[in-house]
Amino acid sequence: MNRRTYSEIGWRTVAVVCGVAPIGFLGLFFFYPVINIVTSSLSQGWAGFTDIFNSSRTRDAIWFTTWQAAASTAVTIAIALPCAALMARTSGKAGIWLKALVTVPFVLPTIVVGGAFKELFERLNGSVGVPNLNQTAAAIIIAHAFFNFAVVARTVGAYWAGLDHQLEEQARTLGSSGSHVFWRVTWPRLKPAVFAAGAITFLFSFTSFGVVLVLGGLRQATIETEIFRHAVVRGDLATSASMSVIQIGAVLCLVAVTSHLERRTNVSTQMMRSAIAPMRTGTKTTIAVLSLIFLGSPLVVMVERSFKVADGYGLQSYAALFNKIPQLPTTAIEALGNSVIYALIATAIALCLGVVCALAIVARRDAMGRFLDLAATLPLGVSAVTVGFGILISLNRSPVDWRTRWWIIPTAHAIVAVPFVVRSVVPMLRQIHPSLREAAALLGSSPLQIRRQIDLPLVARGITVAAGFAFAISLGEFGATSFLPRRADTLTGPQAVFRLLSTPGDLLRGQAMALSVVLAGAVAAAVICSELLASKRKGRSEVDMPIGS
Amino acid sequence: MRKTNVLLGSICAATLTIAACGSNSVSQEEATEVTLTLVTHDSFAISDDVFESFHAQTGITVEVLTSGDVGSLVAQTILSAKNPVGDVVYGVDNTFMQRLLDSSAIEPYETPALAHVPDQFELDSTYRLTPIDYGDVCVNYWKDALSGPAPTSLMDLVSREYKSSLIVQNPETSSPGMAFLLATIAGTPDWEDFWKQLRINDVAVTNGWEAAYYGDFIAGGGSRPLVVSYASSPVAELIYADPPVDEPPTGVLLDSCFRQVEFAGVLAGTEHPSESQMLIDFLLSDTFQNNIPMNMFMYPTSSTAELPPEFVQHSQITDTPLFLSPADIEANRQDWTERWVEIVLG
Repeated sequence: MNRRTYSEIGWRTVAVVCGVAPIGFLGLFFFYPVINIVTSSLSQGWAGFTDIFNSSRTRDAIWFTTWQAAASTAVTIAIALPCAALMARTSGKAGIWLKALVTVPFVLPTIVVGGAFKELFERLNGSVGVPNLNQTAAAIIIAHAFFNFAVVARTVGAYWAGLDHQLEEQARTLGSSGSHVFWRVTWPRLKPAVFAAGAITFLFSFTSFGVVLVLGGLRQATIETEIFRHAVVRGDLATSASMSVIQIGAVLCLVAVTSHLERRTNVSTQMMRSAIAPMRTGTKTTIAVLSLIFLGSPLVVMVERSFKVADGYGLQSYAALFNKIPQLPTTAIEALGNSVIYALIATAIALCLGVVCALAIVARRDAMGRFLDLAATLPLGVSAVTVGFGILISLNRSPVDWRTRWWIIPTAHAIVAVPFVVRSVVPMLRQIHPSLREAAALLGSSPLQIRRQIDLPLVARGITVAAGFAFAISLGEFGATSFLPRRADTLTGPQAVFRLLSTPGDLLRGQAMALSVVLAGAVAAAVICSELLASKRKGRSEVDMPIGS
Repeated sequence: MRKTNVLLGSICAATLTIAACGSNSVSQEEATEVTLTLVTHDSFAISDDVFESFHAQTGITVEVLTSGDVGSLVAQTILSAKNPVGDVVYGVDNTFMQRLLDSSAIEPYETPALAHVPDQFELDSTYRLTPIDYGDVCVNYWKDALSGPAPTSLMDLVSREYKSSLIVQNPETSSPGMAFLLATIAGTPDWEDFWKQLRINDVAVTNGWEAAYYGDFIAGGGSRPLVVSYASSPVAELIYADPPVDEPPTGVLLDSCFRQVEFAGVLAGTEHPSESQMLIDFLLSDTFQNNIPMNMFMYPTSSTAELPPEFVQHSQITDTPLFLSPADIEANRQDWTERWVEIVLG
């Protein structure tokens, strides 16, 4: 039981590497650039801050950003939680399809989803008489729920499946009703995953850019859009840097609070494999159908348009993706190929970095652990403009003259994806009962063996979820990519969609829709592959797992 | 054990990819030929053979780096002044050029090719920015959707006949939106009053061009027949029509056109100043200039360039566009857009 009795030096080395590698990477590609651009912009004067607090417009933006992000988070959790319950109970093919479907929205270009939602709101307004939500805060919140549905459904679903379900069984045996069991027994233990998913959703909504511009009202500025406006439209870097500082401050507070809450909630354990209480078929179907309608409606609009040609429907728009057209420096299919390669690299980097960070965060309950926790989550809460411009002025001299290297793009994607990995894996690691590790240690396992043979297999579900997110984030990323100078022939899929939509003409529009559908298909395929791989591994690992009955 | 192998496998794969691509760039550096980097905005497009012919003439290879929209390009160019990411910048327009001229990011070069460029395009007397192409931002109308005649002047837009017809972009977030605001400042007796009347006439506003053109405008299935777009949009509608058409479905309100000129300049700090100047010369050569219209839907500034037949037949471009000096635009941008927000959105 006494840690000192185990190979202390080896453990120390591992711990140091665990802590130093991710800090070094994030430090070089994220913290140094961000700190550099903020300090160099502010060195021109601190007038930006006084301007901000004197301007009612900026105060409004800060307030709007905060409440819409909070509302988006609450709505997303409310809508996606039933689906998480369904996912915790759905295995096999149906489960895999469900996981693929909920992850697809992540990758869809905002401009396309925005257009689809707009049309949907208008149809609902015309046919059912629902008030037209276009250019309202409600439209922004609904779109954020659409994009973040997967974060809640998958993170919480995977965690839920891993809970010890015997407690519920016992409560039911003692006569508790279904809702009573949920609120008294399940909910308290789900909280860590809900907080983790909620934090991600909040940050995503807090720094959302495209959704706000496409669907929001014209006066609905957020901190993110104000940073863009000051830095890019006005060329006023001092004010945009001041706003970045406010944004970072707000994000730090939020992350500190949620990770505190996440820690405080009790550790759940699954010492024995137990079956989750089944759900009535009627309930299952209702949840599945409602989720399908919510996530599917904008997709249907997009798919329908992609097949629409002059005289009805056809595959012409898809065939055209293989042809070189003047508006794009490469064919659309090559752009898609670039995106897939970037996404694979970004996923590999994000997983390594994220899992190592998560292990270190859980192992170290001291200041170092807390610092890592903050450091690994912050990238999701910092403006793409700030990161892009930061890299431009920081990684600009030998030996780090890397700002125009092609791999800086997948690296930037990976940094945005790390928070998703960390937040998916940390609650799962905390779920592991300490006695499991102690037992292994007692039987003579080294700390490294414990990591490898107990921790990693048990969080495999979390890692699979995280891999899907990382891939989808990279494949759909638009913001950070557009603020970095990049070679024209390394065009990515979402950028190609955007460019196809920026010249008039039905042919180009059809191709943009077709490419969006292919992007959605690519992310669905990636999720299905990773799930199949994971279920295969799970099948094998059950043999050598120390638990299970 | 197996799980670690998968993890290790993916790390190796990533490392190998990076290493493989690293060796590519090494072999490029080994070549003795000069490679120039042209930094531009995301809308840049040119046929592959254009820079190949430059290479054949001079032995210089051109690589294109794109940097977001025009505003982002200008901001990035100024941020990396003296330590530029490339050798030549291209695509800065007259609504943003003053900001670049106020910085030390570009060097003067007076190309002899300016002899073929009409004086109206030469907006920089210090010869740091050379005019390469131009285009107009104008109100477009969907021909079949108008009940009466097409509007012929800016002031027509506030008449009852065109109530609930026009859709414009927010000048704070959109470059054509900004150009149209400038058009109204240059082309109406009292622009603030004009916008007040437009608001009474139920003008619709979006944050970007795509949302306007493919949202409320007829082209995207919307109901409004008037939209702020480009003078060349009708030609694009013709070329990319499905099914093919003989005439563009849209027309241009020539009285509403604000001229946008795009410039190129040599970046201060380039290691290849003389080659960069050759590239500026080339951007004004007929090879490059003739290629501009069909790729970027802009017009060549050189008088020796030839327009493709689609443009000759179907594009309408005015000889008397609306215009404001770049210095005026830069000095007043903030006041004008803030005033616009108060009037139109307030």
